[in-house]
Amino acid sequence: MIGAARALLQRDLRLLWRRRGDALQPALFAVLVVVLFALGLGGEAALLAKVAPAVLWLAVLLSGMLSLDTLFRGDAEDGSLDQWLLAPVPLSWLVAMRVLGHWLTTALPLLLAVPLLAELMQLPRAQLPLLMMSLLIGTPLLSLIGAVVAALTVGMRRAGILLALLALPLYVPVLVFGAGAVAADAQGLDASGALLMMGAGLAASAVLAPLTAAAALRIALSGE
Amino acid sequence: MRWKDEFTCWRLRCRIVIHPCAVPIPSSPSLLTVRGLSFSRNEEPLFGPLDFSVDAGEALLVRGDNGVGKTTLLRVLAGLLRADQGGLEIEGHAADRESRARAIAYLGHLPAFKADLTSLENLEFLCALHGRREGRSFEAAMATVGLAGYEDSPARTLSAGQKKRLSLARMWLSPAPLWLLDEPYANLDLDGIDLVNRLIVGHLDDGGATLVTTHGAYAAPPVKTRELVMRRARWEAAA
Repeated sequence: MIGAARALLQRDLRLLWRRRGDALQPALFAVLVVVLFALGLGGEAALLAKVAPAVLWLAVLLSGMLSLDTLFRGDAEDGSLDQWLLAPVPLSWLVAMRVLGHWLTTALPLLLAVPLLAELMQLPRAQLPLLMMSLLIGTPLLSLIGAVVAALTVGMRRAGILLALLALPLYVPVLVFGAGAVAADAQGLDASGALLMMGAGLAASAVLAPLTAAAALRIALSGE
Repeated sequence: MRWKDEFTCWRLRCRIVIHPCAVPIPSSPSLLTVRGLSFSRNEEPLFGPLDFSVDAGEALLVRGDNGVGKTTLLRVLAGLLRADQGGLEIEGHAADRESRARAIAYLGHLPAFKADLTSLENLEFLCALHGRREGRSFEAAMATVGLAGYEDSPARTLSAGQKKRLSLARMWLSPAPLWLLDEPYANLDLDGIDLVNRLIVGHLDDGGATLVTTHGAYAAPPVKTRELVMRRARWEAAA
């Protein structure tokens, strides 16, 4: 099991390295979203600082959603998923590793760009650690929830907008708690409650989401 | 005579062994036994109910026109599709996910290779997933299928036939005794077709078994094979 997990992670990182250019795309998308917001809202620092947590969280969430379709689609199209299903390793374990690999290759580069974006949005520097903390807990949660949706839609030729329609409502609580934590802190309130809620959600979905996504993958693959 | 009867007769003929003490030899359970397996797609029956068995050292050729359900049969046997009724036994025990994973290696239409990884990396990954037969190395596998020298070529640069050869290398490395080969001859040149036959013969000699689907345009392996002929909504088998 450990060997298969290591092999899968190694494969994902290798594939990322072979396509280094693609790895930057989610981060670039988030940069553009934030720049558009900053331009649209004008240069008023106080206003930008006020909406910064929500905008940064939305940029990360949307960019994560765009890369969601690639989570299983490539492996479904080239027959890899068939081989995962036939492997002696539990499918949910492979799904968990795939989600981890996907998070490492799409969300992590994005998180590295967040301090820069926070500067662009005039976020008070004192709030940056809290924002990073909320994103660090929140983005794996988004990936796990998204994995279930991606698994459900992998049997379709083009999931596109349907994927967004299914995933976004499920993302709402994560966004509320994530952006809410930073906003609460800005008003001098305690943010730890929201972070703990997200942590609890992450713990629950780390166990349940791979199992659910694995079941969804089985259904999607047997529909072909 | 219905195909099932004929099939049973054939099996009986093979099983009659003259033993000096006239003690019946306990017959070891077949590697794969299929009982009453049927499958329908969108409420429309595709095949079955179907009974057959494959012993170690035996090849079963599944022959039939396009679209009769050969691929579906293999996918059901592999566990990728759920049968409506019936099931299969592996070495005498009802098949579950684990026993299937241990006993079955599946070669489908899709090669499961990542285009950006090299041939060797693809093989290494799939072997990490499925395990590797003791004493068989990646180098030997590449040489066996005639791909020596292509170890570091990205899979995307391989031709369809070379990808098929790489898939065959994966089968050769697999520890599973039962090979399910879906159209293994497709895309291969004459030498490649010969290679498939050689691999099958070698596998049977090692005590394995294979199910091979073909639409009939290619030569069957030069070993004693039984045939399962699939016709639309009707099944026949001949020795």
